[in-house]
Formats: sequence, C-alpha cells, structure tokens
Amino acid sequence: MSHWLYGFPHIDSDTLFLIKHRIDDGFRAFTGAYGDGISAFFLPLDRFLIGVDFVLTKTPWPIVILAFAGLIWLATHAWRIVLSTVVIFVLIGLFGMWNDTMLTVAMVVVATTLSVVVGIPIGIAMSRSDVLQRVANPVLDVMQTMPSFVYLIPVVMLLGIGRVPGLIAVVIYAIPPVIRLTNLGIRLVDRDILEAADAFGSSGWQRLLNVQLPLALPTIMAGINQTIMMALAMVVIAAMIGVEGLGQPVLQAIANQYFTLGVFNGLAIVGIAIVLDRASQAYGRRLQKHIDVQHA
Amino acid sequence: MPEDGTVIGVSIRGLYKVFGPNAAANIERARGGIGKAELLDRHGHVLALRNISIEIPGGGIQVIMGLSGSGKSTLVRHINRLIDPTAGEVIAGGRDVTAMSPRELRAFRQTKTAMVFQKFALLPHRTVLENAAYGLKVKGVKRAMRHAAAAEWIERVDLKGFESRYPHQLSGGMQQRVGLARALANDAPILLMDEAFSALDPLIRVDMQTMLLKLQKDFRKTIVFITHDLDEALRLGDQIAVLRDGEVIQQGTGQDIILRPADDYIARFVRDVNRGRVIKVEAVMQPLREPVAADEARITMGTSLEDTARFLSQSGKTVALVADAAGRPVGRVDAGQIMFAMVAHDRPSF
Repeated sequence: MSHWLYGFPHIDSDTLFLIKHRIDDGFRAFTGAYGDGISAFFLPLDRFLIGVDFVLTKTPWPIVILAFAGLIWLATHAWRIVLSTVVIFVLIGLFGMWNDTMLTVAMVVVATTLSVVVGIPIGIAMSRSDVLQRVANPVLDVMQTMPSFVYLIPVVMLLGIGRVPGLIAVVIYAIPPVIRLTNLGIRLVDRDILEAADAFGSSGWQRLLNVQLPLALPTIMAGINQTIMMALAMVVIAAMIGVEGLGQPVLQAIANQYFTLGVFNGLAIVGIAIVLDRASQAYGRRLQKHIDVQHA
Repeated sequence: MPEDGTVIGVSIRGLYKVFGPNAAANIERARGGIGKAELLDRHGHVLALRNISIEIPGGGIQVIMGLSGSGKSTLVRHINRLIDPTAGEVIAGGRDVTAMSPRELRAFRQTKTAMVFQKFALLPHRTVLENAAYGLKVKGVKRAMRHAAAAEWIERVDLKGFESRYPHQLSGGMQQRVGLARALANDAPILLMDEAFSALDPLIRVDMQTMLLKLQKDFRKTIVFITHDLDEALRLGDQIAVLRDGEVIQQGTGQDIILRPADDYIARFVRDVNRGRVIKVEAVMQPLREPVAADEARITMGTSLEDTARFLSQSGKTVALVADAAGRPVGRVDAGQIMFAMVAHDRPSF
C-alpha cells in the first residue's frame, strides 16, 4: 500500500535508460563528427606541452635545479624558500623520481599558464558585468564541486587518452579560483582611486592596466596559487587517462598494493606542492608590499 | 599659466540632480518645489541638487561651502561630469560639458580640468614621481617629458627628494601635496579641489592653504574649492557660494556673507568668525568730509580691520586715512568704527 514511501518513486528504469543513452549517443555522434577537428584545434597545446616536457627532462639536472632556484629567488627574494627548493629537488632525484617529477612539473606549469591566460580575461569580463557574474558563478560552483573524475569522461570521449585530454581536464578543474579571484580583486579596488583615474580622463584600458589590474594583483596571485595547487592535485588523477608523471606510479601502487612506492611518489608531490605554494605566496606578498600598507 | 595661456570660467546653470531609479520623472516634482524630505519619503528619490546656478569667473578661487550632505561634493563632480546631471548645464570655456560625447569628455578631463581629492586617491603601487605624472601619462606624454614635468611640480610643492618613495611612506599632508602636484602637472586651466585639505591636521591645513594661495598668484587658475570649514572658505575664496540641502542659499565675497548674511542659518554660521580678518577697511570707512592733513596715518584699501587696528595702535593714532591703490585718499576710519565692526551684533551680550 505505502511501498512508494520506502522506495523513492523514480522515473521508470526504461525511460531513464533511454535518456542516458540518447545523451551519450548524441555526444558520441558529436565526437565522431568533430573529434578530429577539435583534436587539431588543441594541437598547439600538445606542442607546447611536449616542448616543456622536453626542456625539463632533457636538460641536465643540475641546470634545471639552478634554473628553478634562480627563478624562485627572483620571484621571492627569500633564501629559505630557495634552499628548501634545492633540498626537495635533490631528495626527489636521489629517490629516483626525477623524470616523473619533471613530467608532473611540466604539466602543472602548462596547465597553470593556460588557466591564467584563459581565466584572467574571463575574470575581468565578470568584474565588468553583473549579469555575467550571476551566470558564471553557479557554473564555477559546479566546476569546483563536481567530482574531478567526471571531467575525465567527456574529455576522453572527445579526444581519447593522452596528454592533451589530461591537460584539458586539469585546466577545467583548476581554472575557477583564478577566474573568481580576478573578478573579486577588481571589484574590491578602491572607488576613490578609480574616480581619480576617471577625473584625469583615463580610458577604459588605461583604467584597467594602470589601476584595476595592479591593485587587484595580490588577490589575483592568491587565485593563481590556488589554481597551481588544484592543478597539482588533478595531475595525479589525470594519470588515469594516460598523463605521465608522478601519478602513474601512484596508480600502479594502488593496483598492486605497493605501499612504499605510493608513499614515495605521494611525498614527491607534497614536495612540489610546498615549493610551488611557498614560492607563489611569497611572490604575491612581495607584490602587495606597497598596496597593502595603505589599507592598514 | 596653463599651456595654452587661456583662463576659462565655468558657469553652472539650472542644475538639478536627483538620485533614484526614475530620476527624470521626479525632476518635475523638484521643479514644482517639493521638499527634499518629502521627495524621499513619498517618492523614494534623493534630491541632491536643486536649481544651482553659479557663475565662476576665470582665474579666481570659487569656494563652495556647506555642511556634509549639502551636496557640495556632488556639485563639483558635475563640472568634470564624474556625475551626470538630471537637468541643467555646465558651460566651461564656451562648451557644454553635459552634452559631450565620451571621447570629448575624456579629452576635456585630460586638458581642461584636474582634480584633488579629500582622501588623496594616489596610486599605492606607484612612486611619488609616477603619481605626479599620472595625468600626463593618460594624455600620452612621453615618459622622459612627463617625469621632468612631474619632478618640477614635486619641487614646487616642497617634496624634492621624495620622488622615489611610495605614498604609504608619506604623511597625510605630504600625500596631499603629491595629489596637488599631480593636479598641477596636468597643466589644466580648471582645478577642482574636493575637500582637499579637510583630512589634514589644522596646522598642516593652514600651510597647504598658504601654499595654494602662493601658487595661485603665479598661475591664476580657475579653482573650485569645496569645503565645510568657514575659516578656510573665507581665507581662500574670492567668491563663496553657501550650499544647504542641495540649494545655494547665498553667493558673494566672504565680506558680503559676513556683513549681510542671507538668513538666520548663515548668520549662525558666521557668528564665531574672526570678522576683523575678513572685513576690509573700505567696508567701514566714512567718506572724506574734512581736508586731508599731511601728517595723517595712511592705510591702503583692501587692508583687513585687524591689520588696520594693529597699525593704528602701533602708530599711536585713532584715525587713519584710507587711500586707494594709486595713493589717492578716499575716506577715513577711526578706532571706534573698527571696534564696532569687529564684533557681531546679532547675539545676546551676556
């Protein structure tokens, strides 16, 4: 009599099956028709990724370490961070994970670059239009809460297995913070300073480049920092669709219950995360030096 | 002097500003004389400015004075159209600012106006030199040229040596001098100053007023100075307009306002002013009735009562001859008249 109270009365299974099938078939048809074209579109990304891979893995390791140390010194002016970077990289090398680490770093670098290049303009557009902000915010919410594995499915259907689909899945997962915080940073810029820029006859571009972006930069850097961290997390998951790097041994370790292999590679990921996090945060703080004091 | 050598005046005619979603429809109510409070309560619109007409002559300092909420900051923002009027026009240098296209408006702001703000509004990530050069940068002046011009103005506002500092490393008074240098480097004939010195300590404020008056002697810009401080208004203003609840209630020189306050509100306002410093000797002198003697003390027109009194007491006389700029005697003044004029008469004696 009241069995419908105990089992939720759902759409009947045949219809549900049909809906899912229709959508999947539609997507497959779309993939069949446009998959090659889309692959061709992403070819430059593949080239870029291969290039960065090549530079990081084929350059002698001392030069790579020196280059990283130099870059981080330029960005942070903090010896402690430079020193920890060198120590972490040397340890990773000693434990035989150098090559995988370089592949992962390459992926994170390319994914972050792509996220920044795509995300900042979107964030700027959002800051200028309340309508766009209202539309984009729920989309970003979905992007951030959707289980990351789900992104792998359409990407694989569309582009197959490999580096580029992995990269795209990583970017989709990692891009929301940089978009959100660009939008937020620009919206928080002091109205009085914007008014002054207007009073001197600044054009929209001059306002953006001279006032809004520089004053929003510390906030944007916080977004980029989060994007880097999320990209790093997703790179490991993207190993499931053939992305090379530290994620592969971790998958292998799960499948074969190799505890130590998993832990070593996991620690290598933690090491990179620490380096990238501290370096990007310290860089953000340096940018903030003259901006923040005034608010205090 | 402005680069093109011109001095331009500004005339504000029949200006109304109503804030609210349907300002245009509510302007007729305002024209019909509805009160500010009623418009807000019954129709949900804020009447910020009502029928403002001010003729600002070129090359002088026009002070617009009023308490907070009187609409003075809203009014000054109509001159460079940071705020669009609901009705009325603003004519500057023969052109109606309210009718300009966005491109024309930008050019107008770049070349004809400069502005100084109460909260300084400097760019925190730029050095003092770069801040002072900002207006020129917007205009597209080459880096070397704009930095040279900015450096010159930084020196004129006594900030030499601080060019490479950042705003947060300076005191409030110094920051506002950067704001002033930024506005002056723009070399525009109209200078808008929105409570420019209100955020500064009293002593620094007086120093800044002195600096402004000194600079104004050289360049004769058309300055519109917003303030809530009567002493500041009287010290700086060639002309003063008093604003209350979005309406001009009196216009004139400082002396006019003190000697002939338009209503009780202004009378109460000016009661505690040092009248001896504002009122000029010619306002109280008597016409010449007796012939001029050779040994009479002489004082020039335009001298304040305070200075005249000091002069009399130092020279040991009780009567002085008032002469015009060419030295011709035009009247006499005695110590009793000065004393009488220096105290207000509208307040109870005890």
